[in-house]
Amino acid sequence: MDTLLNDFSPGLFVMQTVLLIVLILLMVKFAWKPILNSLNEREEGIQGALDAAEKAKLEMANLQADNERLLQEARTEREAMLKEAREIKTKMISDAKEEAKEEADKMITHAQEAIEGEKKAAIAEMKATVATLSLEIAEKVVKNELSDSDKQMTLVKEMLGEAKLN
Amino acid sequence: MKASIYSIKFFGLLLTCLLSINVFAIGGNEQGQQGDERVNTPSEIEEYILHHLKDSHGFHLVSYTNDAGERVHVGFPLPVIVYGENGFTTFMSSEFHHDTEGKVVVEKNDSRFVNYHSKIYELEEGASELVFDETHHPVNASKPLDLSITKSVFGILIVGLLLLWWFSSLARQYKKRSIPKGFGRVLEPLVIYVRDEIAKPNIGEKKYRKFTGYLLTVFFFIWILNLIGLTPLGFNVTGQIAVTAALAVFTLVIYVFSGNKDFWGHIFWMPGVPILIRPILAVIELVGTLIIKPFSLLVRLFANISAGHIILMSLIAIMINLKADLTPVGSTALSFALSLFISVIELLVAFLQAYIFTMLSALFIGMAVAEHDHEHEHDAAGNEVADAEDIRENFI
Repeated sequence: MDTLLNDFSPGLFVMQTVLLIVLILLMVKFAWKPILNSLNEREEGIQGALDAAEKAKLEMANLQADNERLLQEARTEREAMLKEAREIKTKMISDAKEEAKEEADKMITHAQEAIEGEKKAAIAEMKATVATLSLEIAEKVVKNELSDSDKQMTLVKEMLGEAKLN
Repeated sequence: MKASIYSIKFFGLLLTCLLSINVFAIGGNEQGQQGDERVNTPSEIEEYILHHLKDSHGFHLVSYTNDAGERVHVGFPLPVIVYGENGFTTFMSSEFHHDTEGKVVVEKNDSRFVNYHSKIYELEEGASELVFDETHHPVNASKPLDLSITKSVFGILIVGLLLLWWFSSLARQYKKRSIPKGFGRVLEPLVIYVRDEIAKPNIGEKKYRKFTGYLLTVFFFIWILNLIGLTPLGFNVTGQIAVTAALAVFTLVIYVFSGNKDFWGHIFWMPGVPILIRPILAVIELVGTLIIKPFSLLVRLFANISAGHIILMSLIAIMINLKADLTPVGSTALSFALSLFISVIELLVAFLQAYIFTMLSALFIGMAVAEHDHEHEHDAAGNEVADAEDIRENFI
C-alpha cells in the first residue's frame, strides 16, 4: 500500500485527467458523433429498405390475389355473357320461327280466301256463261223446236250434260 | 496514391525521431563514464523491472557499451515541467544525464532539482544533495507538482492523436460512402461492438447514446495503450496507478452526476427492508458506490497490466538467470518459448481489460440511470403485493 501510494504521481493524475477530458471532447465532436449518427442512419436505411421490401412483397401478393379475383370475375362474366347470348339466340330463332309460321298461316289464309273468291267469281262467271249459253241454246233450241221437237230435246240434254262438267 | 503520401509522411516522422535519437546518443556518450550499468544479477533484474514499471522523464530505448568501453544510451529527452516553490520551471530531461539516483542537481529558476527513482525532488535551501531517513525517504527535499511530459504522458498524447486520426478519418468516410473501406472497415465493427455489446445492454436502449462517447473513448484508449505497452517501446501507461485512478474517477463522476432519484433513493433509504436496517445499508451502499466501485476499477486495470509486464520481463530474464544452468542457447530458447506464450496471453488480456473496464463503467452508469418503473401493487392493508419482478429477484 505504501509503495502504491508512493508510486501514485499527482502530476501524472492531473495530466491524464486534463488530456482525457480534451480527448473525450475532441473524439465526441470529430469522431463518435458523426460515426454513430452515420451508423444509425445506415441501420435505419437498411431497416427501411427491408420494411419496404416486405411491404412490396405483401403488395405483390395482394396484387396477385387481385389479379386472380379479376380473372375469376372475367371468367364468370364471359360465362354469363355466353349463356345470355345462347339464350338470345334460341329466343331469336324461336321468335323467327313463330313469326314465319304466323306469316305463312296468314298467307295461307289469304291464299285460301283468294282461292275461295276466285272460285266464287269463276262459278258466278260460269253461271253467267251457262246462263248465256243456255239462252243461246234455248234460242237455238227454240229456233229448232220450231222445226223438230225431238231434236230440240236431245240438244237440250246434250247441253246440260256438258254444262254439268264445269 | 493517398497511401503513398501517408507512408512518406510516416517515414518522415520516423526519420525525425531517429535523428533526434542519434543526437541524444552522442549527448549520452559525452557524459561517458557511469560505471557498469549492465543488468546481470537477479537483484539487478528485479530493480530493472521495477524501474521499467515506473514512469520516466526521458524516452529510453536501448543502452549498450561501445568499443571504447563507454555506456551509450539511445533514446530522446522529454520536457520536464514542474510547479515548485518558485512557480513553474521547464527544462529537458537530458539535463539529468540519465541519472535517477539523485546525484545530478539541475539548477533552474533559483530551484535545484534532482531525479530520484524517476521522481523529481526540489532540494531545500542550502542542501546540495539528497539526505535519506532510514526508510529511504528524502528528508531535505520536497516534491513539486510534476506536470512533465513524461513517458506516460507522451504515450497518452500519441494514443490520443492516433485515436483522433483513425476515428475522425472513419467519420469523414461516411460523408462519401455508407460503408467504409480500408482501415475504417476494421474500426467500424469495433465501434458497433462497443455500442451494441457494452453500451446498449448495460445502460439501456433509451439512454445509452449520451454515454457512448465516453465508453468508446475509454475502451479504445485503454486497449491501444495496453497494446502499446506490449511493444518493445517500453510504455507502461495503463500500469500507472495515477492513470487508472483518473479513468476510474471519470466513471465515478459520470455515474454520480447522472444518477437519478431512484438510484440515490436506493442508496440512502433502501425500500423493501426493515427501517432499522436502512441506515446500515445506506452506509454500506454509499461506501460501495463512492469508494469500492471506482477502487475496483482502478486496481483491476493497474494490477493486471503491471502483472503482465512483470511476468513478461521475468520470463525474458530467464535468458540471463538460467544461462549457467541451461547454456545460453537453452535459456534463450526457454525464455523465447515462455515469453511468446505469455505475450499471446497478454494480447488477450490487453483487450479483456479494456473490455472489462468499459463494461463495468457502463454497468455502473446503467445502474445509476436505470428506471425502476415497476409499480408495486398494494393490497387492501396497504402491503406491497409481490409481482413477477420481485419473485425473479429472489431467485437471482
